[in-house]
Amino acid sequence: MSVQTFNTSHPDMIYLDYQATTPCDPRVVEKMLPYFTEYFGNPHSRNHQFGWDAEAAVEIARHQVAEILGANPKEIIFTSGATESNNLALKGVAYFNQAEKNHIITTVTEHKCVLDTCRHLEQQGFDVTYLPVKENGLLDLKKLEEAITEKTALVSIMAVNNEIGVIQPLQEIGAICRKKNVYFHTDAAQAVGKIPLNVKEMNIDLLSLSSHKLYGPKGVGVLYVGRKPRVRLTSQMNGGGQERGMRSGTLSPALCVGLGEACRIAQEEMGTENTHLTQLNRYFLEKIEHSLDQVYLNGDRLQRIPGNLNLSFAHVEGEGLMMAIKNLAVSSGSACTSESLEPSYVLRALGVDEGLAHTSLRIGFGRFTTLQEVDKASEIIISAVRKLREMSPLWEMAQRGIDLKTINWAAH
Amino acid sequence: MAYSNKIIDHFENPRNVGSFEGSDLEVGTGLVGAPACGDVMKLQIKVKDGIIEDARFKTFGCGSAIASSSLVTEWVKGKTLEDALDIKNTTIAQHLALPPVKIHCSMLAEDAIKAAVKDYQDKQERSKDGDV
Repeated sequence: MSVQTFNTSHPDMIYLDYQATTPCDPRVVEKMLPYFTEYFGNPHSRNHQFGWDAEAAVEIARHQVAEILGANPKEIIFTSGATESNNLALKGVAYFNQAEKNHIITTVTEHKCVLDTCRHLEQQGFDVTYLPVKENGLLDLKKLEEAITEKTALVSIMAVNNEIGVIQPLQEIGAICRKKNVYFHTDAAQAVGKIPLNVKEMNIDLLSLSSHKLYGPKGVGVLYVGRKPRVRLTSQMNGGGQERGMRSGTLSPALCVGLGEACRIAQEEMGTENTHLTQLNRYFLEKIEHSLDQVYLNGDRLQRIPGNLNLSFAHVEGEGLMMAIKNLAVSSGSACTSESLEPSYVLRALGVDEGLAHTSLRIGFGRFTTLQEVDKASEIIISAVRKLREMSPLWEMAQRGIDLKTINWAAH
Repeated sequence: MAYSNKIIDHFENPRNVGSFEGSDLEVGTGLVGAPACGDVMKLQIKVKDGIIEDARFKTFGCGSAIASSSLVTEWVKGKTLEDALDIKNTTIAQHLALPPVKIHCSMLAEDAIKAAVKDYQDKQERSKDGDV
């Protein structure tokens, strides 16, 4: 049976939103299919061949996931995705250790599911420190070191930021946490398969990953829970005691197999894929910067994954820009669609000017992006930005040398 | 978000984009909104014998903001200042079928008309006083 290749639903569109989700690799889908019909058994059925077949498949997948993390398969807990993994890591460690420790450290640029979980824990009486980041989006290690107290149970810092693609210094953070004897959790949803990871070398105690960010199916993820040193946590789901009692519920062998295969492919092809993505990234950025003035790259220029570009196009509002490039599937840094009118909290945390934060696009390249697509996308963006700047009163004022900061704007 | 055909039409074929010379006595300029809020509208009217004979706009904002300002440049033309001031945000929102989260765009467009008319009237006052 052959599986349809990617993007046949909207052939006129170019998908550049790989941080939101990735399509399943057809090779992944091929591996999954038999587990819906032929090998449909419950992997937790210990009494017959159907269960054993399903269990064997799940265990192969567990090995494949462990492999890409440099972990032991016993340390891999399957979940429904990174949101659940992050919840389990934070709440699980917090609750288990609450008798002695009640402090958690994270950063202001984490994904909402980490921040929201931290807010919840604050309501439950835990103390949370939200560390700022530097202008380039990276953590100041000194600030981390200073924030750790004897009450700190857990440090949770994402590996790669979902909006701006910067890579946090995991090795250094891990070393600090080990030295201070606190657990280190990292949300690696955007990192697995994109950058080399090794939980042992990096002293990572807990790691969350999501299958659909690395060309696997949606609805499955993993929490790596280290055994040396042993991390103990309070489960958030009660039931049959699956996954070493940390996450009850029947596993989906098809989803686990898909994630496992996705990890296998990612590990095998990470090198060539990153070369491809770096080429696309450079081509795109050079073309944009050559054709347009006042385009700013958000986040560190070097410490970043090549599959992400977060750009501010001064004096052009992001949502309007997205409408003008409607055949490109990208994401806007301005959250104007939400009623808050607030621009991205990640860009604000970087100290990006509020006006500029409204002008941002997140452009994501991936495994199936071609140079032709990137070329076409850059053309479309360049002409849209030019057109919208011609319509922008801010651009006009800037061209006339008026400093926009001197204007007494009436905020609405 | 699904936009109405009218929004898309005004966004893709905006009417009356551009600028008049702001210092002209017969021109009134309204600049409303703020970059930090993600919306800035500049609406200019050219007035002759109490009638708005022409209008121009430039807008920094989302599709709904651009469509709202494009629409009001069409609507104010040929109107007296008083009639222009009668254009209500609800009418703009209704005409464009703005989604609820975009109602503020129509309010901004109404504000822009008011600001442009006021600027024109202030200028006229000053010129009578011999200040201009």
